[in-house]
Amino acid sequence: MAPPQDAATEGIVVRAALADGAIIEPTPATLLRRRVLGHAGLLVGGGVLVLIVLVALLAPWLAPHDPLDQELARKLIPPIWHDSAKATWTHPLGTDGFGRDYLSRLIYGARISLLIGVAAMLISGVIGTALGVTAGYFGGRVDMVVNFIITSRLSLPVVLVALAVVSLVGNSLWIVICVLGLLIWDRFAVVMRSSTQQVRNLDYVAAAQALGCSKARIIIAEIMPNVANNLIVVATLEMAHAILLEAALSFLGLGVQPPQPSWGLMVAEGKGYMFFDPWLVGIPGAALFALVLAINLMGDGVRDVTAPERRN
Amino acid sequence: MLIYACKRFGVAMLVAVAVSLLTFSLIYLSGDPAMALAGEAATQQDIEYIRKFYGYDRPLPVQYADWLTKALSGNFGYSHYLRQDVAEIIFSRLPVTMMLGACALVFALTLSIPLGVLAAMRPNTMIDRFALTLAVVGQALPSFWFALIMIFWFGIVWRLLPITGTESWVNFIMPAVALGYYVTPAVMRLTRTGMLEVLASDYIRTARAKGLRPPVVLFKHALRNAIIPVVSLAAVQFGFMLGGSIVIETIFAINGLGYLAWESIQRGDLPVMQAIVLILACFYIVLTYLADMLNAFLDPRIRVV
Repeated sequence: MAPPQDAATEGIVVRAALADGAIIEPTPATLLRRRVLGHAGLLVGGGVLVLIVLVALLAPWLAPHDPLDQELARKLIPPIWHDSAKATWTHPLGTDGFGRDYLSRLIYGARISLLIGVAAMLISGVIGTALGVTAGYFGGRVDMVVNFIITSRLSLPVVLVALAVVSLVGNSLWIVICVLGLLIWDRFAVVMRSSTQQVRNLDYVAAAQALGCSKARIIIAEIMPNVANNLIVVATLEMAHAILLEAALSFLGLGVQPPQPSWGLMVAEGKGYMFFDPWLVGIPGAALFALVLAINLMGDGVRDVTAPERRN
Repeated sequence: MLIYACKRFGVAMLVAVAVSLLTFSLIYLSGDPAMALAGEAATQQDIEYIRKFYGYDRPLPVQYADWLTKALSGNFGYSHYLRQDVAEIIFSRLPVTMMLGACALVFALTLSIPLGVLAAMRPNTMIDRFALTLAVVGQALPSFWFALIMIFWFGIVWRLLPITGTESWVNFIMPAVALGYYVTPAVMRLTRTGMLEVLASDYIRTARAKGLRPPVVLFKHALRNAIIPVVSLAAVQFGFMLGGSIVIETIFAINGLGYLAWESIQRGDLPVMQAIVLILACFYIVLTYLADMLNAFLDPRIRVV
């Protein structure tokens, strides 16, 4: 067979070869799998996150002691890597100022961080996505109003307002979740608005309109699937944001209340012993850092893998 | 430009009104403010007296209008706890927070802009990787934990820096770093992308082709254009930092607005809380307005929208 003369004939040849089964073209799924497995950040972040989620789910079986069980006789035992006669394998990470097992508190603390992260992310995600997609799809006056709402929300100082509201309404875990969820939807709205604007003028949306689809159907079936990858990226970032905010609120004494084990609260409780027992501050803070880093790495990874051209 | 400026000004005023409404409604979040003020042992008569005395018995729109007109003339009410004028307390604390915010911003910019420029000059090298790693790590570091770690090493173990107070500029080093590093990733990424874009443009090639020295090309031609969005981002981030200073000021016992806010929240001092939220929000609105104007002034294309 003569060598192909131009692009068109080459295309025909390749297609013929494909039909023969001579060339196996990688499917989109294979390409995606390759990108996922080649992305170190995504794998490390995802791995650590899965580990922490498992620890949180299996807390009752993994924790060696009751996280709330106080025993002043065994208070402030250092972790096992300390050269101290008091260090013991019964309490691998030592005990806090009330004699509670630090490892057990750390394990149960993962539950609170993840619960708050996921729940606040879901609430803010629903609010922000609804606002952003509506503004992006309808444009005009609707867009102006939504933009106004976003700007108003951005001008409120988050930590301050969250603290004030929690102190006025009273603090329970669910109030903290709701307050955070109602405060951090801004990034969802901003990102969903601009990605909907990009998608809404594409041909397949016009085609759906020509077919007479309802607006709700177009938004749900045509637009949402095509902005979903951006949604996932923002969702991970906001989950990390919510976890950090909860930790800060608990650290300031207005988030999760003692004796519940929240990592932010554990840092606050350890602060008083920092001079002689710095690990009381170091351990929960490091756990918090690892969790947030893992979530952020995963978010960046998902963005790189689903939209490699967006990387900067 | 004037039309654009007026339009943006109108929007900014509307946002300010919306924010003031939200701030005002804080009083009613806890239920009946008169009951909260009177305390638990108060009789029905006491509560009624307090309600009348502070005007909580008037219709809500009247209360709001009254509160807002007073706030606009600089009268933020009276702190029942400190027995002092709210405006007086706030303005005595404001300079410290401004100083802290300014130090934090200076730290963030001196770290992030050079790093961003370096990363853009040598993309996909060790410097670039280092800068990106720093950004990812920085975003995950809880600020209160980072502050405590610095206090432990620099303040307690090595005894290099004072851990509380505001006596001299040395006291501001750790708080400024703890507050400023959180802004670094965003500024660095923006500088890097901006520089990458500009360095690939035609006029930079022209500048190089006509034999200008590399530093001149880099700083006079490239950085000047890449820095425009960074300036407005920095203005906005400064507003965020003033709000975020509550955590840092509490840790370092810096007697600024953030610490005052935390104290007021702890003792339920509503007028002070409201005034701080309103002032910080207005500050943010002014900053974003100025940033918008600066952008429009530097880039005429924006004014059309």
